[in-house]
Amino acid sequence: MNMIQLLNIRKVFNMGRPNEFTAIHGVSLSIHPHQVTALKGPSGSGKTTLLSILGCMARPTSGRIMLFDREITSLPERFLTEIRRKTFGFVFQQFHLIKGITVLENVMLPAYPGGEGYGALRKRAMEILDLLSLSKKASSRVEWLSGGEAQRTAIARALINRPSVMIADEPTGHLDSRLSQEFMQIMGRLKQDRKTILIASHDPIVHESETVDRVIEMRDGRII
Amino acid sequence: MWIEKQGNIIDFTLSSLLRRKRKNLALISVYMLVIFFFASVMFFTHAIKKEASIILKEAPEMVVQKMAGGRHELIPLGYIEQIKEIRGAHSVKGRLWGYYYDPVAGANFTLMVPGEGEVEQGGIAVGKGVSRVRFLDEEDEMEFMASDGEVFGLKVKQIFSPESELVSSDLILISEEDFRKLFGMVKGVATDIVLSVRNPKELSTIALKIAERLPDTRIILREEMLRTYEMVFNWRGGMMLVVLSGTLLAFIIFSWDRASGLSAEERREIGILKAIGWETSDVILMKFWEGTVISVSSFFVGVFLAYLHVFFLSSPLFEPALKGWAILYPKFKLIPFIDFYQIATLFFFTVVPYTGATIIPSWRAATIDPDSVMRT
Repeated sequence: MNMIQLLNIRKVFNMGRPNEFTAIHGVSLSIHPHQVTALKGPSGSGKTTLLSILGCMARPTSGRIMLFDREITSLPERFLTEIRRKTFGFVFQQFHLIKGITVLENVMLPAYPGGEGYGALRKRAMEILDLLSLSKKASSRVEWLSGGEAQRTAIARALINRPSVMIADEPTGHLDSRLSQEFMQIMGRLKQDRKTILIASHDPIVHESETVDRVIEMRDGRII
Repeated sequence: MWIEKQGNIIDFTLSSLLRRKRKNLALISVYMLVIFFFASVMFFTHAIKKEASIILKEAPEMVVQKMAGGRHELIPLGYIEQIKEIRGAHSVKGRLWGYYYDPVAGANFTLMVPGEGEVEQGGIAVGKGVSRVRFLDEEDEMEFMASDGEVFGLKVKQIFSPESELVSSDLILISEEDFRKLFGMVKGVATDIVLSVRNPKELSTIALKIAERLPDTRIILREEMLRTYEMVFNWRGGMMLVVLSGTLLAFIIFSWDRASGLSAEERREIGILKAIGWETSDVILMKFWEGTVISVSSFFVGVFLAYLHVFFLSSPLFEPALKGWAILYPKFKLIPFIDFYQIATLFFFTVVPYTGATIIPSWRAATIDPDSVMRT
């Protein structure tokens, strides 16, 4: 069974306007479960756009998306949000942590709308922070963190809803080589935990890593 | 689950508010101040009207005054007999009262002759306000200058602290003989005549009969006095509200600006929340709680402070404007009367629009695509 399947996906921005731009040209792709897939390509090749479509963050202009063989392309926003929350965990290039609140609060944030009890949620967040050697920083504010700590906090936040798929967009873009390797090690551990991982990156440390099972190369909105 | 969700979102809302501590504190302070002023005026006007009505309950049902040239004049006591003849009128009595300007205090005192034997000749009973400005204790002597220029002293027999200082603060009770001597008032006249009516339904009939028999008099009913009091205090309260409406307007502009405009940072945060799995409705819920926490807490603190200001500190900020021209401002504590209808109105006109003003822009921001975060 395919985890995610894209069928002839096209994504056009600013449609009908003078600045119309086609980011994805009819891409079909299957993502296998429990594997690490890397999307490789230069800036503007459509990696991030494809990743947002895979993660139910954006809708394609045309084409179909299947999640566990169920078509989700035309689901209303509410259902897509719920699928996104339960199935995917996201790590962004800039980490996008919320300043002024603690590491623990940032980690718990994606689970708040789910209505889980605060105590249980806090316990799980602490366990994840412990796994990522961040429990000592739980009550620190995120702006006091180092680059590596901020990145691990972003990973912990992505894991709080126990997603089956992790999506990371240029996760090593702001990290030095050592921290980039550390990131890939964490991804290796998550793969062992049977997570499906999708990473968009043009960093050789990512696509040359042993953790990565499959590298998909993109250019000008097409898979090459 | 629903409760847990609300709890979690409120939890985040509170820590969000704390992050922008200075901004939110400034907002709460201004908000609170506006509520404080409005609630103070409302409490004060309402309580003072209530107080006046309580006092007036003991006032005579009807007062008859003689008029000359459109002005109130001394009334001959002979009128009493004529009124007594009217069926239904009883306890018809002449009243002696007047105002005395005291050059020492620079204030006007109200002088009144009580029922027979209550104050003996040579003695007086004074209100708290009089004793305060003239530093009078019991057995002290207070000097008066009669209308013929003669100065004479009267001994303070009692300082009374009645239920309400509102009307009795500047009151001096004096014997009939001393009153007549002080004002040079001949026997056989009184300031006005008061009477009671056995059947309240006959009030207007009796008033009509008196007016027919004594065409040179004016009849004042207790209800009319009550209405006048109400109008005076409503008018004063209204004046204060007009002055304050400028403040309210400034507050509306300030809060609209603060609540409706989202900063770039706030927009970014909404984008993040959407990207990590929050729905548009969750973001709106959070902003709703944010607006509610600010407005409800400011409202209740403002109302509480207004309550303290009016009922415990005797409204030092409004005293001159609301209590009128009397030089001896009564130092009195109003009996707490709260009109919940007024509180509800104030709540509706402040909390509801503010909360609405916070939701609309958030709703606009919350409808952005979650992938916008991926592209920044």
